[in-house]
Amino acid sequence: MKTFENLLPKLVIAPGFVLGFAFIYGFMIWNGVLSVTGSRMLPNYDEFVGLEQYVRLWDMDRWYVALKNLGIFSTLYVGGSLVLGMVLAIFLDQKVRAEGFLRTVYLYPMALSFIVTGTAWKWILNPSLGLEKLMHDMGWASFSFDWLVQSETAIYCVVIAGIWQSAGFAMALFLAGLRGIDDSIIKAAQIDGASLPRIYWRIILPILRPVMFSTILVLSHLSIKSFDLVMALTNGGPGYATDVPATFMFVMSFNRGQIGLGAASATMMLATVAALVVPYLYSELRAKPHDR
Amino acid sequence: MLKLSQLATAVALVVAGNAAFAGEVEVLHWWTAGGEAKSVGELKTIMQGKGHTWKDFAVAGGGGDNAMTVLKSRVVSGNPPAAAQIKGPALQEWAAEGVLANLDATAKAEKWDELLPKGVADIMKYKGNYIAAPVNVHRVNWMWANKAVLDKAGVKGTPKTWDEFFSAADKVKKAGLIAVAHGGQNWQDFTTFESVVLGVGGAKFYSDALIKLDQKALTSATMTKSLETFRKIKGYTDAAAPGRDWNLATAMVIQEKAAFQFMGDWAKGEFAAAGKVPGKDYICAAAPGTDKAYTFNVDSFAMFKLKDAAAQKAQADLAASIMGTQFQEVFNLNKGSIPVRLNMDMSKFDDCAKLSAKDFVATSKTGALLPSIAHGMAVKPAAEGAIKDAVSQFWNDDKISIADGVKNIAKAAATK
Repeated sequence: MKTFENLLPKLVIAPGFVLGFAFIYGFMIWNGVLSVTGSRMLPNYDEFVGLEQYVRLWDMDRWYVALKNLGIFSTLYVGGSLVLGMVLAIFLDQKVRAEGFLRTVYLYPMALSFIVTGTAWKWILNPSLGLEKLMHDMGWASFSFDWLVQSETAIYCVVIAGIWQSAGFAMALFLAGLRGIDDSIIKAAQIDGASLPRIYWRIILPILRPVMFSTILVLSHLSIKSFDLVMALTNGGPGYATDVPATFMFVMSFNRGQIGLGAASATMMLATVAALVVPYLYSELRAKPHDR
Repeated sequence: MLKLSQLATAVALVVAGNAAFAGEVEVLHWWTAGGEAKSVGELKTIMQGKGHTWKDFAVAGGGGDNAMTVLKSRVVSGNPPAAAQIKGPALQEWAAEGVLANLDATAKAEKWDELLPKGVADIMKYKGNYIAAPVNVHRVNWMWANKAVLDKAGVKGTPKTWDEFFSAADKVKKAGLIAVAHGGQNWQDFTTFESVVLGVGGAKFYSDALIKLDQKALTSATMTKSLETFRKIKGYTDAAAPGRDWNLATAMVIQEKAAFQFMGDWAKGEFAAAGKVPGKDYICAAAPGTDKAYTFNVDSFAMFKLKDAAAQKAQADLAASIMGTQFQEVFNLNKGSIPVRLNMDMSKFDDCAKLSAKDFVATSKTGALLPSIAHGMAVKPAAEGAIKDAVSQFWNDDKISIADGVKNIAKAAATK
């Protein structure tokens, strides 16, 4: 009986462990294996090519475009959502009337899927359908906003749509953080004669640090897997100017019959994420015993 | 990997329903839109007339990418459908995986070798054996024009060379209209590019550069000239072109907003649906400089290896029916393409289709019947995709010089 009680927790955790291992790490390993084969249309395990797929990958202009776009998109998207969300949260924290209504308005974009956001912004930013045409119809004939159709600027349209989607979410998190701050700290600062901007800059923002970190964590993983937004908004175009690693991987593996190359690009994405997450996990795990 | 393939089977079963029974043909296709679905219905009726059961395995999604993903999971799990819509060099890739059936017996009985032009027959064969049945022929090097717009702009006749085309386009521009309706998706850029190369360089050059991928041709002065012409066309399109669907571009021609469009003959379906008459409302002509050549896009059904004898019989009947005159006529009337058989009666078809059929037969004798690279007929998907990227990037980024464009395309063509 004693042994059963000892075994029970292990038995309960075992299925989850096995499934998790098979479906998370198993697929990662499978992907790694595929990336060193010459697989084209179907997986082919007989043809070992070593690192050839990686050499091909790093020789492709399109891959560099995808990486550069990911860099531009994640920096601006995370930064923009943070700043805009913070500003909205501070404004909304001024005890305004109808706060509940306004909060819903700001948060609403988050309820939409990226596909909807992408499609809507595709129309808004299209020069002959949306904003530019509206301005022309209203008489402002010299207005020009054709970023979506220019190779160099199209990625910034993806950023705009992304920020529109996520700023409300950042705002909600910051607002919750702001509400958690003890009023007496602020009052004490006011008695000391600190101005309002100074109170925000020196006291409130430092207190919000943990909230900021969780927001960055959520937004940065959203930015790395931004596949649907790009697909709906630009479909990677014009040309492949707005390709990101996720769309690159999809196109190579499933449209072009280059599963090996696609797997290599997926491995590179995994390596990038691991490079960010592993030091973080390491510091977290090391800090734990110290806390106790 | 056994576990994983079983999983794939389970997924595929949920998607596709249940496994095949005797005398049943399961056909994977992505013809789900109006006229296309009607055309498939015709094939179903013919098969049922021969006593077989038809099982539709339609996966929606234009280019068939979704369908291909489902098909791969079915094949990997050892449960392929009887036939699937696969075309061009992708057929060779499937055949190389050893999963396609040999159709030589049917082909011999039905005399396919005599009925098909050699260029088309070669695509349907792997190592000399038939592995697929062709359904239709789309001509890709078409130029569509709105007659009313040309009259308004004072353009006389249809431009036969690129120089004539540009002078006509200038007149249209002067009249305040869009000269070229273009949909800026990479395959549409590529479709226009293909017609330009054929028009500038001729059939021999097209074949060397875009089918054989000969580096000398790809870096020649003719290629430079092609890219110059290609870039010049962009100046006649409107700013909203990027990302536009092909049928919206066709609508611009139909609605008298634009004069010309370079697109395959599926565009004809849009004109027909709008009640327009060829010759009267709109003009169908070969793209400038390409009237003695023909780039084709042939849809086909590949047949998979099946174990069941009754299913094999049904499969052979399916292959024979696809090449039969009844199906070829009805299907292509609905789809806007022309029959792939050489000796068909064309009396029920419209003028554009008759012109297409005439040129199809004529070019098959002169060697100017060429597979379309933009529609996956000429080279393997990897090289095709890489060249498509280079062409589309050149079209969209005016900062890329002509010399760099040539270099990028030649480099892309070396992709294996």
